[in-house]
Amino acid sequence: MSYHVPRAEGEIDPTFNGRAAGGYPLWEVFIRAKRGLNHVHAGSVHAPDAETAVLAARDVYTRRSEGVSIWVVPSAQIHASDPDEADAFFDSDKPYRHPTFYQIPEEVGHM
Amino acid sequence: MSIVSPTTPGTGATTLTTTPPLTSPAPPVSSPEERFQSLIRAGEKIEPRDWMPDAYRNTMIRQIAQHAHSEVIGQQPEGNWITRAPTLVRKAILIAKVQDEAGHGLYLYSAAETLGVSRQELTELLHAGRQKYSSIFNYPTLTWADIGCIGWLVDGAAITNQVMLSRTSYGPYARAMVKICKEESFHQRQGYEIMLALVKGTEAQRAMAQDALNRWWWPSLVMFGPPDTDSPHTPESVAWGIKLETNDELRQRFIDTTVPQADHLGLTIPDPRLRWNDERGHYDFGPIDWDDFWRVIKGDGPCNRERMAHKLAAWNEGAWVREAAQAHAAKRAAPAATTTTTTTTAGDQR
Repeated sequence: MSYHVPRAEGEIDPTFNGRAAGGYPLWEVFIRAKRGLNHVHAGSVHAPDAETAVLAARDVYTRRSEGVSIWVVPSAQIHASDPDEADAFFDSDKPYRHPTFYQIPEEVGHM
Repeated sequence: MSIVSPTTPGTGATTLTTTPPLTSPAPPVSSPEERFQSLIRAGEKIEPRDWMPDAYRNTMIRQIAQHAHSEVIGQQPEGNWITRAPTLVRKAILIAKVQDEAGHGLYLYSAAETLGVSRQELTELLHAGRQKYSSIFNYPTLTWADIGCIGWLVDGAAITNQVMLSRTSYGPYARAMVKICKEESFHQRQGYEIMLALVKGTEAQRAMAQDALNRWWWPSLVMFGPPDTDSPHTPESVAWGIKLETNDELRQRFIDTTVPQADHLGLTIPDPRLRWNDERGHYDFGPIDWDDFWRVIKGDGPCNRERMAHKLAAWNEGAWVREAAQAHAAKRAAPAATTTTTTTTAGDQR
């Protein structure tokens, strides 16, 4: 559910301090929906260890048969590219890498 | 295959929208703020590691956190009826629904954490009364028909809001909403089905259904928040793509959808001024008692104290479980850092 909750007396905003999650460590959850498909990122859970993280991931992300296999990975182990550098980092100007760049005469048929 | 095209370069590319143009436009040299605004204007999502204005981050944290708190506290009014559900099937359904609410809370805490706060911190703020949850959960569930009305009306109102939020500008929040909306649909339908069963029952059961509707109708309308004329944050939220429709627009949509459903049940909505307005193409409705709403927000609703006391008791009584789990993890990690039986080798499964 979601609701508009007007600001009330005594309410404060949490301070954004960029610090790591308190309590249990955070795990990223990857789920294989069915055989033949990749594990896909589904979300995250807090858990004290990997075994508990798998159980929590099952309860949180597969209540409706969404998966046949679960991976959990410590979130701290994920290394990512820099979103601010995305334009320079990713190639986006080589249309000749795509098959549609090449014109094949119609009489040649499907290729 | 040769990479040299004998044909005019780029002509093939233009026929498929998925193929990028030969030369992408020169990356505009712009400030982070301009980039942020242009993403919003283009209807693109803002993602966790993107630059965003502090006010956007704080608004998002506050909104997602109170949404999460609402899901968690929302387990209580319904949990109240698990032991007294009229049949085993109804009981199993209610347990599944309450478990969903816990899950929704967790999706949302996860989304909030991508903004740099911790779930622990948000939980502490809720416990200290420094963050709020939706006032709707400060009303009691007196009869089984209340469980029907919560699914039908409260979850129905929530869906109206959440369908809009599934297009909100912050990616993790929008994705959580998509998943939640799918699950809420079961909640609403099971609630309406409870109401259907009651109105087909005895006179006393019909009266119970009507009584629950009488008590839940107005609080459900209040869930959409104050009228637009009295909602200072709406313009900013709209500009940032957080809110795509206003409180009054969403409230009107909910009323228009729900009135025919009440008619089908043969129940009367407790608003003597409710009538179809042909000119507007909407139902007109009577004034909402905002004073009562503010009283409940400020802590004086029928169940505010009970809800928080129960939440704190559950947290404190569960402390030993959390500590034991942590101790167990530490013990198993200590002796040997070798692989445990549960650690799968991801590489083998790719």
